[in-house]
Amino acid sequence: MADAHPTLAEQFDDLPQQRNAALLGMWTFLATEVLFFGGLFLSYTIYRHAYYEAFEEAGRHVKILYGSINTALLLTSSLTMSLAIHSAQVGQQRLLVRFLRLTIFLGICFLVVKGMEYKSDIDEHFVPGARFEHGLPAQAQIFWFLYWIMTGVHSLHLLVGIGLLVVITWMARKGRFSEHYNNPVVISGLYWHFVDVIWVWLYALFYLVNRN
Amino acid sequence: MNATLPQTTTPEIPDPPQRLLTYFEEGGHTLGSWLLTTDHKRIGILYLYSILVFFTIAAFAAAMMRMELLTPTGDLVTSETYNKLFTMHGTMMVWFFLIPSIPSVLGNFLVPLMLGARDLAFPRLNLLSWYLFNFGGLLALYAIAFGGVDTGWTFYEPYSSAFSNGHVVTMVAGVFVAGFSSILTGLNFIVSIHKLRAPGLTWFKLPLFLWSTYATSIILVLATPVLAMTLILVAAERIWGIGIFDPRLGGDPVLFQHLFWFYSHPAVYIMILPGMGVVSEVITCFARKPIFGYHFVAFSSIAIALVGFFVWGHHMFVSSQSVYAGLVFSLLSYLVAVPSAIKVFNWTMTLHRGRIHFDTPMLYALAFIGLFVIGGLTGLFLAALGFDVQAHGTYFVVAHFHYIMVGGMVTAFLGGLHYWWPKITGRLYPENLGRLSALIIFGGFNVTFFPQFVVGYLGMPRRYHAYAPEFQIFNVFSTAGTSILGIGYLLPLIYLIWSLKHGKKAPANPWKATGLEWQTPSPPPKQNFAQTPIVTQRPYQYSPEIEEEFIHG
Repeated sequence: MADAHPTLAEQFDDLPQQRNAALLGMWTFLATEVLFFGGLFLSYTIYRHAYYEAFEEAGRHVKILYGSINTALLLTSSLTMSLAIHSAQVGQQRLLVRFLRLTIFLGICFLVVKGMEYKSDIDEHFVPGARFEHGLPAQAQIFWFLYWIMTGVHSLHLLVGIGLLVVITWMARKGRFSEHYNNPVVISGLYWHFVDVIWVWLYALFYLVNRN
Repeated sequence: MNATLPQTTTPEIPDPPQRLLTYFEEGGHTLGSWLLTTDHKRIGILYLYSILVFFTIAAFAAAMMRMELLTPTGDLVTSETYNKLFTMHGTMMVWFFLIPSIPSVLGNFLVPLMLGARDLAFPRLNLLSWYLFNFGGLLALYAIAFGGVDTGWTFYEPYSSAFSNGHVVTMVAGVFVAGFSSILTGLNFIVSIHKLRAPGLTWFKLPLFLWSTYATSIILVLATPVLAMTLILVAAERIWGIGIFDPRLGGDPVLFQHLFWFYSHPAVYIMILPGMGVVSEVITCFARKPIFGYHFVAFSSIAIALVGFFVWGHHMFVSSQSVYAGLVFSLLSYLVAVPSAIKVFNWTMTLHRGRIHFDTPMLYALAFIGLFVIGGLTGLFLAALGFDVQAHGTYFVVAHFHYIMVGGMVTAFLGGLHYWWPKITGRLYPENLGRLSALIIFGGFNVTFFPQFVVGYLGMPRRYHAYAPEFQIFNVFSTAGTSILGIGYLLPLIYLIWSLKHGKKAPANPWKATGLEWQTPSPPPKQNFAQTPIVTQRPYQYSPEIEEEFIHG
């Protein structure tokens, strides 16, 4: 490969092949992620069906204000992520860095709000276990267990996403990306949107459906 | 380069001024050159070392169990130790030997070669998956060494979270980490097969090994994450003493079984599909005939992978699952037998009127077919609702899945290892010793596991260290067979290591085989091919009419 582009890895023949491989790789990984969360969504569905009233009662105690603010934050971050990808594709280095930083900032805001929500949940003893006393049926603890583990695993994913974007931002500042080569930005964006979509489902299942 | 079978034309290259460095030579022999390598061939060999260690440990546990079972009373180990032994055997064999065996060792080595590519799509990810695998293995070994786990490899709830005294969390963490190694390997294969095929190498010119690797990768990528999440739930329940499988809260332990088997039944196909791929390669080469029904063999791999996702309930016929669910799962389990049988019939037809060479890889491949048929057909017995009530949890089940996993997968792994050994190492193994050990393994295997069908049918339950005296004769056979099997496994270990230094130098294509991996020197250069090959013909262009002399070690 005498005329190889500097960002072309040796196993690829040309940049489009490398780009397609990177995209397919991330989509395949996201398929894995869907199944990873799938077990939890399945459990939620089964127990909600089995213990409908307990779930509805328990769900009224979830703090919708925090959840709604977080939904707004995360959806906006998906917008800024898309703008970052667009900036990379048209070769706008400075805009790319700016949008990436904005995305990271919104992600951190989400985690801060989530942390505040967790704190108030703990203060009000919505942690399954011995101190869980609200006159709620026993099955309500399953709801809260699922709440903790599903939002917890989601937050962990967001944390990974933020770490990923920090690295991407660093690379962008070093001028690694151009309109010809921006795969890392694009596939990080795919991951970011996925984490966002998972939240949309969590928002619906934990915050919204129990308030009819 | 082999010129006798020009099914694949490599563009005319002027004689290279000097011999290409092999992948051993290029990069040097330092430890760093191995531990930091991104070369798929070296990573395959790293995996070989790792799984050998885990296999030895798991085999030791099996030997201890067989010794205990020599007599009806529990006199060698306590029941508690015995529980830990079979857990150790199961977890190590399933996650740290069988699942990575053919995909991670032979697959890593062969996938890029068969694609005519320079490496996998994501070489660094590939190295990462080896490190994850070992880290997971070390966690599992830690759990075994410092207290052990007594849940069985299935970690059934609520025992695993509320009652077991072992290091369940550490063990579960080990399997979790190793699972991510599986996912990354599967992802790498899928992307490579899609995107890195050499010019002219269309899907229906792919060797069948790649079709089966592709099918395996689908399962690795889609089933493993479900296990990962299930294990997180078990660990969480164990750590905090509360969880969604907890019956005190209205949780359902059977849900755990559903989630576990949603992974673990497809995982059974991870432990057989790659073996089928190896057999397809070997049978055609040593019968000197093109594979019979290429498209059927290729699509049956995909069919097994897909239908395999919908049969998990047959593990729960007696776990309070509804009768109607049982009916559906039974029917679907029968359905998986169709693509499996298609493969067996096609291999048999490939042999028909072929010029059959009984070299070591072929002996393993033929053994595979026979043992797989027995293992597969007894699987149908177990998929029948009525019979399963009788046989569930007995040695019949143990014998059935060992015929698939050991008789099938381990046999295929050894066959494949012998077949590609000259390519991997550049040396020939001693043919007569190879044949001898294949026969010893075949004999030893049947003496070990066939009596278990009988004793299981008669009602001996699995997972007990003591049993009724009338079952002793069968167990004596089993234990005796194990020692034969042990010798059978030890022999290749010795002569293969011996051959590394003293074996004859292998030519590029000792078996006169088709396939891109044979079109490059043995061992291949780091870049795999001097020049990217161009594929013009279908695979397996063998002709039984041509007399060909193999080069034996």
